[in-house]
This record gives sequence, C-alpha cells and structure tokens, in this order.
Amino acid sequence: MATKILTEHINVPGIETFDVYRKQGGYTAVEKAIKTMTPEAIVEEVKKAGVRGRGGAGFPMGMKWSFLAKPEGVPRYLVCNADESEPGTFKDHYLMKNLPHLLIEGMIISSFALGANKSFIYVRGELMYVIHILEKAIAEATAKGFLGKNILGSGYDLELIVQPGGGAYICGEETALLESLEGKRGNPRNKPPFPAVKGLYQSPTVVNNVESIATTAWIVNNGGDAYAAVGIGRSTGTKLISASGHINKPGVYEIELGVPVEDFIYADEWCGGIRPGHKFKALVAGGSSVPILPAHLALTLANGEKRLMSYESLSDGGFATGTMLGSGGFILFDETSCIVRNTWNFSRFYHHESCGQCSPCREGTGWMEKVLHRIEHGHGHQQDIDLLVDVAKKIEGNTICPLGDAAAWPVASAIRHFRDEFQWHIDHPTEATQPGAVYRGEMALV
Amino acid sequence: MTTETNKAVTFTPERVSKAQEIIARYPEGKQKSALLPLLHLLQEQEGWTSPEGMDYVARMLDIQPIEVYEVASFYTMYHLNPVGKHVIEYCRTGPCCLMGGEDVYAHLKQRLGIDTGQTTVDGRFTLKEVECLAACGMGPVFQIREKYYMHLTNERVDEIIDELSK
Repeated sequence: MATKILTEHINVPGIETFDVYRKQGGYTAVEKAIKTMTPEAIVEEVKKAGVRGRGGAGFPMGMKWSFLAKPEGVPRYLVCNADESEPGTFKDHYLMKNLPHLLIEGMIISSFALGANKSFIYVRGELMYVIHILEKAIAEATAKGFLGKNILGSGYDLELIVQPGGGAYICGEETALLESLEGKRGNPRNKPPFPAVKGLYQSPTVVNNVESIATTAWIVNNGGDAYAAVGIGRSTGTKLISASGHINKPGVYEIELGVPVEDFIYADEWCGGIRPGHKFKALVAGGSSVPILPAHLALTLANGEKRLMSYESLSDGGFATGTMLGSGGFILFDETSCIVRNTWNFSRFYHHESCGQCSPCREGTGWMEKVLHRIEHGHGHQQDIDLLVDVAKKIEGNTICPLGDAAAWPVASAIRHFRDEFQWHIDHPTEATQPGAVYRGEMALV
Repeated sequence: MTTETNKAVTFTPERVSKAQEIIARYPEGKQKSALLPLLHLLQEQEGWTSPEGMDYVARMLDIQPIEVYEVASFYTMYHLNPVGKHVIEYCRTGPCCLMGGEDVYAHLKQRLGIDTGQTTVDGRFTLKEVECLAACGMGPVFQIREKYYMHLTNERVDEIIDELSK
C-alpha cells in the first residue's frame, strides 16, 4: 500500500466538515505542535522532511522558512499561494475543495512555526466556490478554538484570511501575489530584497504553495525523518500529480516520488494508459511552462534507464533530454495532437498573461505568438523556426520574474524535439491548415 | 471604458457591512488590500465593474479613482463593460483544447449566434474566453458565475443553454 500523506481520507463522506475531519485524526497535529513543540522544533522537522516547494520551483521549504527575518516589533506573515493558474495543473483546486481543513491545519502549524499572527490564503478569484468552502471551514475551526485568540489556551493568536484574486496567472509568482494582496496590479517585484526580508507590507513574509503547507500536519504527527523516508533521494515524500490530456483516467493522484513515469502513465491505479486505439506521442510533465518531451524521452533517460517521477530524474540531461517536475501538471498527447498548434496555444496563454513590465517578455511573447500563429495558419516563412529560437533565447533569463522563461521553454523545447513538424507546416501550408492535420513523418510513438 | 448610465452607485446595506468587515481584516493603513474583494462585491451587485462603482469603491477605501481603474483593468475577472445576464467564461487553453474544446466552443458560438466578447441581442448571454480554469482533467470546461460545467460536449452545451434560456 503506497503511503498517502495528503489524500488518505479524501473519500470519506463529509471530510470537508470539521467534525468528520476531526474524527479522522484531524487537528491532532495542531494540538501536538502548539502544546508540545517550540516553533524552532517544527521548523527543524520540516527541514528534516526535505519537502520541496510544490508550487513548481522545488525550493526546500524548511530552508525558505529559516531565511525569515525576525526583527523585534515587526509583524511576520505567512501567505499561502493558492493562485494555481498553470495550464495542466489543478491539484490545489482538488485539495482545497475536498480537504479544506487539511490546508487550514497546515496554515495554523506553519503560522505558529513562523511566528505569524495574521496569515492569508490567496486563492484565484475564479474559484469563488472554493473560497466559500474555505471560509466555512475557517469559521468552524474558529468556533472550535483552533483559530482566533488564545488557540487551545496557549496564548497564541492567529487570524486566517482568504483573499480572492482577480484572475491573473502572474499572481502565482510570489512577489506579484504580494503586490496583488496589497491591492495593486500583479507586477512582480525585483529581488532582492526577498519576501523573507521585505514581503507583504514590507514585513518579513513566507509564501508557500497549498500542497507544501498541507504536508506539515503529517510531518508534525509522524516526524520529518518519516517523511524523508518516503520518496527517493532528495525528492522526498509524495506529490500530487494532475493528469490531463489523452489518457484513460484523467484526475489528481498522490504518488510516492520515485515511481517510474511509465507506470504512472500505464498502470490502472493511475492514468490507465493512453486512450484506446492511440499511441503516446509527447508529455508536458510539470505544467505548461516546462519543456515538452517526446514519448521515448519521457519514459527513458538518455542512458536507457527508466525515467522516474522525481525532481532529479525528470530533469536528467538538462533541457537537451529532460524537463522539470514543476507543479506536477502532466499533460499527455497522443498521435492526433499537433505540436505546432499546441505550442501556439501555450504561447497565446503566455502573451495574454504577461504583466507587461519587462520588454523582453511583453514584446517577445507577442512575437512568438504571432510567428507561431502564421506557421500554424499556413503563412510560415522559411526563416521562422530560427526566428522563434532566437526570440525565445532573448526572453529567457532576461526578465524580473520567471514568466519569461515559462514562455520561452515550451517554444524552444517543441522546436528542439519536433522541428520537423514546424518545417512540415511551413512546407505544406495548405495541408497543414486542414482540420485535424498532424504531421506524421518522423514521429516516434510509444 | 463605456459608461452606460451616470447614476451614482452605492452598496446595499448588507454589502456595506460586508465591505466594512473586509476592510477591517487588514492592518491599520493597509485598507487598499480590500480592493480586489470590494471589486468582486461591486460586480456581484451591479453585474459589471462600472466607473461609478469604482469611484464609490475608491471613496470607501480613501484612495484615488485611478488606483482602482488601473487595478480593475489588469485582472480579467472584472467586466469593464456591461454584460448579459449569464456570462459564459470558457477555457481556451491547451488541455481543454486537447479534449475537443475548440469544436465545442465553435458549437457554443454558433448556438448563441455571437462571437467571443459579445452579448446576445436579448441580453441573456455574454461569451468570454479565459486562460485555464484549473480543471484540466475535466475539460472542456466553462464557468458561469461560481458554477463549473465540465466534460462538455455539443449536446451538453445545448442542454445548458436551453436550461438557462427558460
């Protein structure tokens, strides 16, 4: 039986209510943390657990916590990033909708560990119904004495606020999120100073993803070492994977890190294979921003070994033959998918969502979209592929926040692995624009 | 920004107390943080984010009207023009398109007789496209107010439109 750290009780009827959640052992971690542990001891357990940021960046959470500045007389804040807007990623949505109390329990433990008395959950505004679920759960936890003044008689106070966003992908970037939370446009800030020193209202702030914060209840109950014993190498614990696209069983799955990618795609317990009568063509493994891989590279490393679901294995070989685990947004493509059309679709997304602050991103995402549009619509020029590679290179690494990289990688990787498809579109403008047209020349299908 | 009327906008008494409750959440002097929640409240009441409503929110938060306009125009959820009774926001991003979204949305447009960004003549439906609704495994998907409609097909779209047309 695989370890389930987050979703063990997710199918229990009524688990979204305080009483049922409590009956399943909920809030025992808050009791243990607040009554028997010091904040430093909790930070130590999280460090031992080795949890890496589940929003996509993969930065060790305990280390992020230990960077938090602690000047006297200045409030500190914990902000939960629940903006989840990356195409292919829908696990935080699933977690908050079904297990609101797990997130709230994690927020209480984390806020206590960080010395925050006011914490925020910034949820994308589209999920207004989830916001109501969270607000209801917060009211229940407050009524039971787990939130508010003098929690469990400990003298510790915590106010938890759910903040709705306004619909902008960029607000998932931590400093843009803080700007948005301050009532401004979601323009990312220059770093340094990092939020740990000057974050929300210029005060020391930690920003963590929903899934990362949700792990803390289990870590407090079972210990950091027990968490680190699950998973593989530096990819400790479990990960929620959002699986979508041409598979038999799309959905959200909690896996132990280290499972072979092939098993995850084909085993009945997870995706259940590519839809009947079709073959596996390509994979986006960590949400739309990470490099796309053709099927054979998605399943195996350059040395022929099986690729595993872990931060290290998925990035093996750098971007030449690897990708990133990112947010765990698995999008699977079968042979009916046109890589050019999909790349254009993603490019449109990044153009639309660029905040416009840095010229390489503001202008470059628009250029890439235009060039991809004309290739896809049968008006491509011979030099367009090289032009795209050139523009992508000029965006990557030249912007304040990683949205520039996120826009450049899908384009650069699609050309790296599927250049012949782009060339075919340019060479066969009339055929390529027919509905459902897909280049079937050099494809290696699995 | 078009202005449909020049009537002054004020919140209903219930929304005034809700707004005050929201403003009180934030630390002293940081009341601007209430801007996004208040704009949601405004749109919920008025159906759209009207200039008069934004001016009202600015007064309520003691900030300049331009600070409200620049924020409202940055985020996609605020309708800066009047919209129909039902705003259908469909996800046009990769995973939904992989599941046949493009065909379903073409059918939706044909059925309503409007293109993205337009409102039906009877004022019942407005069509907007959005970038990813975080329901990729259940695509194609669209949202009407707080409700998600998932696994859409042409037939399902017809049923939903029939239901909302009653």
